[in-house]
Amino acid sequence: MYDIVVIGAGPGGLSAAARCAELEVSHALLESSPKIANTIQKYQKGKHVMAEPGILPLRSPVDFAAGKREEILDAWETGIAHHKVNIQYGAEAKSITGEVGNFSIGLVNGEVVQAKHIILGIGMQGNPRQLGVPGDQSDFIQYQLDDPDEYHDENIAVIGAGDAAIENAIALAKHNNVYIVNRKDEFARAKEGNLNLILAAIDSEEIGAFYSSSPTEVEILEGEKFRGNLVLSTNVGIEKLPVHRVIGRLGAIPPRGLVESFGIEFPSKDMSAIPALTSQYESNVTGIYVIGALGGYPLIKQAMNQGYEVVEYILGHDVKPADHGLIEDKFKALPYDNMEVDDVLTMMQERIPIFSSVNALLFRELILDSTVHVFNEGDVVFERDDYTNSFYTVLEGGIKTVITEDLIISSAVGAFTGEGSLLSGRRRSATVLAGDQCILIETPRRTMLKLIASIESVKRVLDETFIVRQIQTKFAPNTDIKELEPIASKAVINSYTPGQVIMKEGDEGDTFHLIRSGSVTVSNEVNGKELIRTYLPAGADIGEMALLGDTTRSATIKATVKTETVSIDKEAFEMLLSRSPGLREELQEKTKKRYQENVKLQGDDDSDGLLSFLMDQGLGEATSALMIDEDLCVGCDLCEQACAATHDGTSRMNRRAGPTHAHIHVPTSCRHCESPHCMKDCPPNAIQRMGGGGEVVIGDNCIGCGNCKQNCPYGVIEMAYQTKATSSFWQWMLFGIGLAPGKGEVLSHGAPNEIKKAVKCDLCIEQNHGPACVRACPTGAAMRLNPVDFAKLA
Amino acid sequence: MSTSFVSHQGGRYFWVSLAFMVLCIIIYAWHDPVQSPNGGTWYGYTLGTIGALMILWLLYLGKRKRNFANGWGTTKGWVSAHVYLGSSLLVIATLHTGFQFGWNIHTVAYALMCLVIFSGFFGVYAYVVYPSARNKVKKSRTRDDIFEQIQGIDQQLKKLVSDLPEEIGAMVNSAIDRTEFGGGFLDQLLGRDKSKVMIDGIIVNNNNQDVVVENLVQKLTLARGQETKDLASLVKEYGARQKLLGVIRTDIRLSAIQEIWLSFHVPISFGLIAALAAHIASVFIYW
Repeated sequence: MYDIVVIGAGPGGLSAAARCAELEVSHALLESSPKIANTIQKYQKGKHVMAEPGILPLRSPVDFAAGKREEILDAWETGIAHHKVNIQYGAEAKSITGEVGNFSIGLVNGEVVQAKHIILGIGMQGNPRQLGVPGDQSDFIQYQLDDPDEYHDENIAVIGAGDAAIENAIALAKHNNVYIVNRKDEFARAKEGNLNLILAAIDSEEIGAFYSSSPTEVEILEGEKFRGNLVLSTNVGIEKLPVHRVIGRLGAIPPRGLVESFGIEFPSKDMSAIPALTSQYESNVTGIYVIGALGGYPLIKQAMNQGYEVVEYILGHDVKPADHGLIEDKFKALPYDNMEVDDVLTMMQERIPIFSSVNALLFRELILDSTVHVFNEGDVVFERDDYTNSFYTVLEGGIKTVITEDLIISSAVGAFTGEGSLLSGRRRSATVLAGDQCILIETPRRTMLKLIASIESVKRVLDETFIVRQIQTKFAPNTDIKELEPIASKAVINSYTPGQVIMKEGDEGDTFHLIRSGSVTVSNEVNGKELIRTYLPAGADIGEMALLGDTTRSATIKATVKTETVSIDKEAFEMLLSRSPGLREELQEKTKKRYQENVKLQGDDDSDGLLSFLMDQGLGEATSALMIDEDLCVGCDLCEQACAATHDGTSRMNRRAGPTHAHIHVPTSCRHCESPHCMKDCPPNAIQRMGGGGEVVIGDNCIGCGNCKQNCPYGVIEMAYQTKATSSFWQWMLFGIGLAPGKGEVLSHGAPNEIKKAVKCDLCIEQNHGPACVRACPTGAAMRLNPVDFAKLA
Repeated sequence: MSTSFVSHQGGRYFWVSLAFMVLCIIIYAWHDPVQSPNGGTWYGYTLGTIGALMILWLLYLGKRKRNFANGWGTTKGWVSAHVYLGSSLLVIATLHTGFQFGWNIHTVAYALMCLVIFSGFFGVYAYVVYPSARNKVKKSRTRDDIFEQIQGIDQQLKKLVSDLPEEIGAMVNSAIDRTEFGGGFLDQLLGRDKSKVMIDGIIVNNNNQDVVVENLVQKLTLARGQETKDLASLVKEYGARQKLLGVIRTDIRLSAIQEIWLSFHVPISFGLIAALAAHIASVFIYW
């Protein structure tokens, strides 16, 4: 029986076990793979690993500083050897039974380990899915490919249809005879770039393909040319493929199921939810503690600190978390001199209802990410049409929301604002001013989204508030919010996938939709062809004609991207009408206008399909897309030169790349999406949406992980070494010396601590005059457009 | 949505320049120098100074368009002003001469200026007409798209000839290897096709791939059975290739015409500067 068993030898687990060893606590560290830190082992050779967040001090018996992958792994190996950590490799936990003081951990190899306390640090990567057929444990079957150039002249079968499988197959095909085995009849899950590559390779017979095929057995051949036969069940019967090697790329099994089987509860079904933990990292199962990525802390240093702290907590020591000082600094400007940090945090949770149900640990993290502002009366918190999307809660004093000049709503302590832009990704719909003695907590969007995904009640409160405030601003500005609540409670939130039909031309329907996030196209069928009439962004309303009596839909409405709407049915709407005098007339006026527009539009048809083309390019989610009018473009490349010259010599756009339709060319350049895909998974939170123009910008604290590049469906992010623009016009012009304007030099290419960082278009936010590409175009061909303007292109 | 430099800001610089020209003409008609009008009168000097300064300013566009971080106006606006104000120089400078021409440095400077302006007129015409013409020829594809298509067809052709007699394979492969683009500026401008093909060990011209197409069609006429089918698909693919190569060649030719004026406009501008300097110096030396 160990006092503490740590499951998972990642940064958190290593640090926890080393702390146990340092304090001479009886312990074991169980690691399923044959090496420590499985996730970091999988990084490519020589990858530079960052130590973010820089301001957080490290607190661990094991060393860690930014450096090469190998140096970091070495330091950890040395650390655990030095402290004589009791580590067991190949020990994969599959069950936990018992209770605090007497847990039994069942391992896959049949052994049972006894523990008084358990620390779970198994990360989020999960274990690779196995083939699950007889013979799949053979040594020539692998689930990972470190270096494709290691293998030559082999027959290799790659099983899987995702990006990993395709990338491996293509890399291996250079020196080997490669087959790709796909259970389905197409590569539906792959990114477009990979899809094109694999189809071309299959077409040119560089890679053999088995479609609608699944492995049924691996036969082992002893002492023959091939090491085995991969037996496949295909459409045309059983096939035997002689191989030297089989690479399974069937994805990973997320650890959540396993963790739930230990009795640990997740507060929501959302796959990004994290288990509810106390401020001492303890889960709902007393005696089981969760640290690291699984507990919502994806950065190495945080996990290592938690490893140290959790051991202290288990031993009953009173240590302040490593971030204590940071939070103390945050609170310096606040008038709470005689209060302890923890008391201030508790007070915040007590005063602000939306945060009251958040567990203490998560709230602490939230405050760490947030900024606490002390405002003077009348200060602008944010302005209408700003592109900011953080969330504000009122800790002291109050705020005034200016919806129109006549309509100003005051809110007091505990209220929140900014949920509209937070949820829709759109511009601010009102100006918010600070009231007397106002203290506000500003929480970044990413932190709030994490909270919404984890805590059902936060999501519910935000949704309800969003609906009621939308209804108020749209239809009943003079009605009290309280009176609108019964109507709002009848409203439904609907979500749609890209391309899904929200309403169909000619159908009957009496619901009305408000687009909450995403965007839609309005189209009609003309001569059997879909003609897109217009594009509507979040904030627009659709189907209001139905509420006034015309229940036949006059157009088809389709989601262009992932879209959410709030729908209200006729009954709820009648209630609204009875409460807001004049609303019926107002809507009738609006409907009349729409009819008039419809008549006008009959003449214009998107006959060359330009709008459809732009929507197919995913431009429906753009906020500022670079386009080139080919009827004006002379191909001078000044746009690219301007981009490079204003960005240290590296252009962030590619004029020649990208598709063309009719006279419009869409070059490869960031479109500054409504809900940027690149921001989804940025560990240091380096990608931000800026206030004024909505620019999506990558900050200097980028750690070079490449997640954003992978997440961007439009291929506009590059990983590049820092460059410096060193050209001089006069030297180049008069003497032909040096680089031409718009060319730059790479600084210290691949120097020891130099890492490739993510770069992309930032809409020339530092230039103050708007995008240089557009400004440099001599003929007027280059333009940056919002989808609302697309209709004018045709 | 997109407005070209020609109609920038509703043709603002067109109107500015027109007003300026009209004003200059009115003053010219109104002023009554002692001698006949020439560069030496008060009005002559004024126009000359304005004209010389304008030429320097017009020349500055070459620098301005590379000031990428400059926030003062857009390049399009500068180009628009360059075009219209540059055109007005024809009037300004002509009035400056007082219609006195001769075999001297002064008239050389004037003539060079006219050449620069007229080459500029062609430039405006080219920049207005050729981009859309090129886009039409390419059917809204980029040149890279078309090259990619051709590469795809080339692979297809190589596969198709593997089932056909060796001589056909040799011919098609050599035609692919010896397909040429571009060449010198004159070749581009005239759309010359220097592609070759080796048939029966002899390298012959393969202008517009005609030789190969003719040869293949000839063989198709004589073919029997399966070979007819194989040759027919080969001819079809080769025809597509021929067409795409033609598109690229036309695009290269149009692009050469679109840019040719710059080869006159810019060097003559520098010549003009030299002549202008000589003109001004001589005026002051032989006062």
